[in-house]
Amino acid sequence: MKARTRWDEVCTVDDLVPESGVAVWTEDGPVAVFYLPHRLPALFAISHSDPFSGANVLARGITGDLKGEPVVASPLYKQHFSLRTGLCLEDDSVRVKVYPVLLDGDRIRLEVPVIQHESIAA
Amino acid sequence: MSKKTLIVIGNGMVGHHFLEQFTASAAATGFQIIVFGEEKQLAYDRVHLSEYFGGSTHADLAMGTLEWYSEQGIQLHLNEQVTGINREARRVTTSRGSYHYDKLVLATGSYPFVPPITGNDHPHCLVYRTLDDLDAIRTSAEGARTGVVVGGGLLGLEAANALKCLGLEAHVVEFAPRLMPVQLDTDGGALLRRKIEELGVQVHTEKATTSIVDGESARLRMNFSDQSFLETDLIVFSAGIRPQDALARASGLEIGERGGIVIDNQCTTSDPHVHAIGECALWEQKIYGLVAPGYTMARTLSAALNGDRETAFTGADMSTKLKLLGVDVGSIGDAHAQTPGARNIRFNDEQAGHYRRMVISEDGKTLLGAILVGDNSHYDTLLQYALNGITLPENPETLILPESQGGVPALGPDALPETASICSCHNVTKGDICGAIDAGCSDLGSVKAETRASTGCGGCTALLKNVVDNELEKRGVEVSKDLCEHFPHSRQELFHLVKVNGIRTFRALISQHGKGHGCDICKPAVASILATCWNEHILATDHVPLQDTNDTFMANMQKNGTYSIVPRIPGGEITPDKLIVLGQVAKEYDLYTKITGGQRVDLFGATLSQLPEIWEKLIAAGFETGHAYGKSLRTVKSCVGNTWCRYGVQDSVGMAIRLEDRYKGLRAPHKVKMAVSGCTRECAEAQSKDFGVIATENGWNLYVCGNGGMRPRHGDLFATDLSDEALIRTIDRVVMFYVRTADRLQRTSVWMENLEGGLEYLKEVVLEDSLGIGEELEQHMENLVGTYQCEWKTAVEDPEKRKRFREFVNAPSQSDPEQEWTIERGQRRPALESV
Repeated sequence: MKARTRWDEVCTVDDLVPESGVAVWTEDGPVAVFYLPHRLPALFAISHSDPFSGANVLARGITGDLKGEPVVASPLYKQHFSLRTGLCLEDDSVRVKVYPVLLDGDRIRLEVPVIQHESIAA
Repeated sequence: MSKKTLIVIGNGMVGHHFLEQFTASAAATGFQIIVFGEEKQLAYDRVHLSEYFGGSTHADLAMGTLEWYSEQGIQLHLNEQVTGINREARRVTTSRGSYHYDKLVLATGSYPFVPPITGNDHPHCLVYRTLDDLDAIRTSAEGARTGVVVGGGLLGLEAANALKCLGLEAHVVEFAPRLMPVQLDTDGGALLRRKIEELGVQVHTEKATTSIVDGESARLRMNFSDQSFLETDLIVFSAGIRPQDALARASGLEIGERGGIVIDNQCTTSDPHVHAIGECALWEQKIYGLVAPGYTMARTLSAALNGDRETAFTGADMSTKLKLLGVDVGSIGDAHAQTPGARNIRFNDEQAGHYRRMVISEDGKTLLGAILVGDNSHYDTLLQYALNGITLPENPETLILPESQGGVPALGPDALPETASICSCHNVTKGDICGAIDAGCSDLGSVKAETRASTGCGGCTALLKNVVDNELEKRGVEVSKDLCEHFPHSRQELFHLVKVNGIRTFRALISQHGKGHGCDICKPAVASILATCWNEHILATDHVPLQDTNDTFMANMQKNGTYSIVPRIPGGEITPDKLIVLGQVAKEYDLYTKITGGQRVDLFGATLSQLPEIWEKLIAAGFETGHAYGKSLRTVKSCVGNTWCRYGVQDSVGMAIRLEDRYKGLRAPHKVKMAVSGCTRECAEAQSKDFGVIATENGWNLYVCGNGGMRPRHGDLFATDLSDEALIRTIDRVVMFYVRTADRLQRTSVWMENLEGGLEYLKEVVLEDSLGIGEELEQHMENLVGTYQCEWKTAVEDPEKRKRFREFVNAPSQSDPEQEWTIERGQRRPALESV
């Protein structure tokens, strides 16, 4: 059975910082949204939680590219995470969650899973 | 058990080296060491003696310090001549007393040979060996126009350089048909002569002086055997050395036919209680007149005194590489092809002034010797071939041909065996260097510190760098100077590009001089460069994404994602009212509070969104940002100084505050720490800082490039007795030169160790303005000081900038669920979590 998802509005373009990230609160937990205006696509969203420290900090890392792959570096221990796949470049057993993201007018929407509090029998 | 007594007679380079070796060995604990030196001064570097006329002092040339001798517990008797040795009673008598020994080491060196010529005792006939000799030459040169050096060997040419430095018209008179007859052949000697004459030194070969008489147009006239004569105001004899063996001879030790104290492979003389090392010693009928073999004897003797009979002195390589009067001269091994069957390959470019000769074995497989004049760039490679017996390439001439004529580049460090000697002064092999790298040394500076390689004569600097770079590369350490994959430039090159082209944004720089979008290496580095060049606010829109989180949010991120706050407390001086504010703010936000090592207060546990509010309160109370988050000046630590302390001689707090206010906010390749001590007791620990200032009766002494941390290093004394203004001007220049030329994340110590020429070079640039950039550096610093702004003040006053401090942009009231706390010793700290 495919999990149900929903496109939530999380912020506006004005909230974003070019070439950097901001953190948003979603039902699925904290998410880091990155705006890289010199790339296509320009928007990326991954979990805000740094898997190596457990701290919610990834939106505050430095963005860039390594061999063409768009990445953010954790501000704590400096591992790089692919913004496309969430994979850690230094340790391929570690991956952070990636969220589909789109621009709707001047609104930023994220595709997040719908938490089902009661399972309804089909 | 009472200690035995070891007496060393002679305090020259070799005697000093022996003491360094021996005091570091196990046997040293069993001996009281007494040293007698005939000269007034502590051992000094005679190899670079002519620098004494170029402005160097005894302190510059000194091999050690009096403090070192006293720390080692060595009784040092300078200016005390030993007059006799009684070997039966085992006593030495001196001009002042009589002393018992259990072991005696003769390191008496040599004296200059003065040919037996009538008139050689004239007051303006001098020799060239000691600092006293140099003072005498200087005195004699007053009112003189011309000077002659008798002897065209290595030392003679050094002496001629010294005369030139004194402003005299210099002549060299040599008995042999060419200069440096021991090291060079006819063609090499002729080229050296041409080059030296072009420098204004007149050379007279095949001249035998028969008498020295009063002159007509000058003080003296030298008459030569060919009936010609030369008039001059002073004469320096440098016609070779003779071993200083008078004491040994008088005490009945075995002496060679032509002088020299006879020693065996362990440097022991004919009396088992007496040893001899250096130029006074005769090993297998040979006297070694170079410092490296003397050092080898010193090490051998130290090992022997520790009971090591394996280590033996087995002769020494007499190869030399020098710059004489600015002309490169090199001589390796069997330079005169005396080995039976030896063959020669010569390359002689009279136009360029390069002469190279290789002496190869009959089978053409090994290099026996070589001569180089005019260009020593082939020396290291040829020496390694000769010393290690490396098989020559099929066409060995390619080793000395210019590359354009089919010559091959220098021998790669990989071709050298582990046993290859890289630094002969300190006997460091390639294997030792590899060992140091495997033990954790990761750059040239640390390898030098660990092995002492290249800290003697410095001749191996280039080779050492090659070997170190090569070994680091092989271990996967990036030694490319490229900043990262986005910029094929070093930090210094980028600095120039930014400055010269007036580039003000990262985007402009990477599109013009790099590729891709940047990364967490190049972005902060470029941000630091832009800050140094233009000093715009670090939260200006273009600069925000370049910064590390600490710079972006102007606070230090801790392990749970919260931040710590360090307000500036210049010089560690704070009013009670301001201290109370810190307490009140900490209490209001429940911040864990700790005093830092830099005399400030650190407040931990603030969330991102609390930072602007907290800073509003701190700024209202008169605080400024402390830049604890930046690669910039941290604190200027101080002791209380002469305003309170009964020992203080200057106002150290006042100076610390002045320095801190001047350099605060300056962006640098790495953090910069300073301290000011009010007297020589050094309570502020200034010598462990990048810039340490210690008060003297007459002003301030400045130490540079110290640090604590993982590899602690004491600062080097840079300048003494500076006035307030001179101190600041000097620090301005060093700081700006560091900011402009250091690599990314390079502390001042590593920067300085990696500067070619090190501390001396830095002194030349800053104190003597050798690059002519002194004023520019000061002006640049003035501009930065003039455009300083408290980044936090600017940030809290700007609503756009404050937006950046929202924890979650869509949920202002949402707190971070991951931050859990516990109480310890009455304060809040992060709860340990299992990740």
